Amino acid sequence: MRAIVTVIGKDTVGIIARVCALLSEQGVNVLDISQTILQEYFTMIMLVDTAGAKVPFTELVKLLEESGKAQGLSIHAQREDIFNAMHRI
Amino acid sequence: MSMINTTEILDTIQMISQQHLDVRTITMGISLLDCADPDPKAACRKIYEKIVRSAKDLVKTGEEIEAEFGIPIVNKRIFVTPMALVAGASETDDYVPFAVALDKARAETGVNFIGGFSALVQKGMTAADEKLIRSIPAALSETELVCASVNVGSTKAGINMDAVALMGRTIKDLAARTADRGGFGCAKLVVFCNAVEDNPFMAGAFHGVSEADRVINVGVSGPGVVYHALQSVKGESLDVVAETVKKTAFRVTRMGQLVAQEASKRLGVPFGIVDLSLAPTPAIGDSVARILEEMGLETCGTHGTTAALALLNDAVKKGGVMASSSVGGLSGAFIPVSEDEGMIAAARKGTLCLDKLEAMTCVCSVGLDMIAIPGDTTAETISAIIADEAAIGMVNSKTTAARLIPAPGKKVGDTVEFGGLLGSAPVMPVHPESSAVFVNRGGRIPAPMQSLKN
Repeated sequence: MRAIVTVIGKDTVGIIARVCALLSEQGVNVLDISQTILQEYFTMIMLVDTAGAKVPFTELVKLLEESGKAQGLSIHAQREDIFNAMHRI
Repeated sequence: MSMINTTEILDTIQMISQQHLDVRTITMGISLLDCADPDPKAACRKIYEKIVRSAKDLVKTGEEIEAEFGIPIVNKRIFVTPMALVAGASETDDYVPFAVALDKARAETGVNFIGGFSALVQKGMTAADEKLIRSIPAALSETELVCASVNVGSTKAGINMDAVALMGRTIKDLAARTADRGGFGCAKLVVFCNAVEDNPFMAGAFHGVSEADRVINVGVSGPGVVYHALQSVKGESLDVVAETVKKTAFRVTRMGQLVAQEASKRLGVPFGIVDLSLAPTPAIGDSVARILEEMGLETCGTHGTTAALALLNDAVKKGGVMASSSVGGLSGAFIPVSEDEGMIAAARKGTLCLDKLEAMTCVCSVGLDMIAIPGDTTAETISAIIADEAAIGMVNSKTTAARLIPAPGKKVGDTVEFGGLLGSAPVMPVHPESSAVFVNRGGRIPAPMQSLKN
């Protein structure tokens, strides 16, 4: 299953490394990354494949959210279908 | 490999986190026609068992979808066959136990509301219909979250004025029995004209007899998203406003369609409809009234409000229809006063009055909704308000409804607090002149002409 992970927050050293480390620990494969600074906010969007994930998706959502909170970031993981449905005919 | 662009992804996230985008309800319809039994205890047992068996995974599935897609699903609900049709087979005069069975099943399945303590009496009342209506005050005051509805009119049948008169007295009785909570019982009772059989919204949801055994219906929301979208087209023409609303409604509905299909697949229950409604909440920034004001009205309820609402309601439907494979239910902008922060403010200011709300219901869904009126309003005046609202529905071939709360001991200027999504209702004035002689004539208002439409 493909999902979109969004990471938004104040820019600090090592955000990408930490998020990627967590994803790799959980067996999640990163397919694409786009990262930018929007109005001084670090904004990263990742397309990931959770086929080989070690935990159920809802668990992964929680892990990412908690890890984000600990770093002062907002991290969401959502199934890709929702974005396709809303923005593609 | 392609990825949706950053702006679109961030748009969606912002809609959810800042503009109150949510799926208002996943509602499971369950037919209870096969639960009828001459023994009322056996019927209640069958009702409880069928609901629990059918909907045991509803809340869990809803929560899983919420977590995986990152979309809040505010309510999970159940609605059932109009209870008068099921209870009619039982040898009893007391229908309260049927409501108690519904409430028990509601608690066991963990859903937020259960609807369908209902009767359809637009043409006439059976003994069962009358018993059900007479049980409503006790049933709704003795249960927690059971909702009732009564259909008193239709375009094909006219308006059953005996039923309208009875509903006025029923509402007064129900308010008195729940006086300690501001007449809260009345917030769970809707009086309809042209009720639909697939409406997922409470308090008026029931599972029509032409429906399948079970069905999943979804109601979307999104006033906050529409309001936000309109802020980016300030000063532009109304054509641009309409197009903006359409595009926004399309996105919101696509999300609802996705959730509906997913829930239907996971629960193994056929997908029924998506209800394209703009359903407000008392939260700041989630108001239909504020959308109308964003179009350029100083306060909702002033001149121009009906026109602005007509534009909004139509654009929501046009945008939503293409986004879903099956649209139904009430589908339109709701204007429940106590549940809409902007409506509450406009009513407090005195700009929004009952007469203007009545006019607004000619062009939107669904009626005079969640309106607190003085506690000393007579049953006949309540019936007359219901009759006016039903007449609008009957003549215009649309659904209309009244959900009025004659708040015991309260007068104009007071506020009744219901809490949560039901919000707080400023007590609004009604005309003091009597309609009693008209209401007490009884009988039927004949069905209207369907040609010569002026």
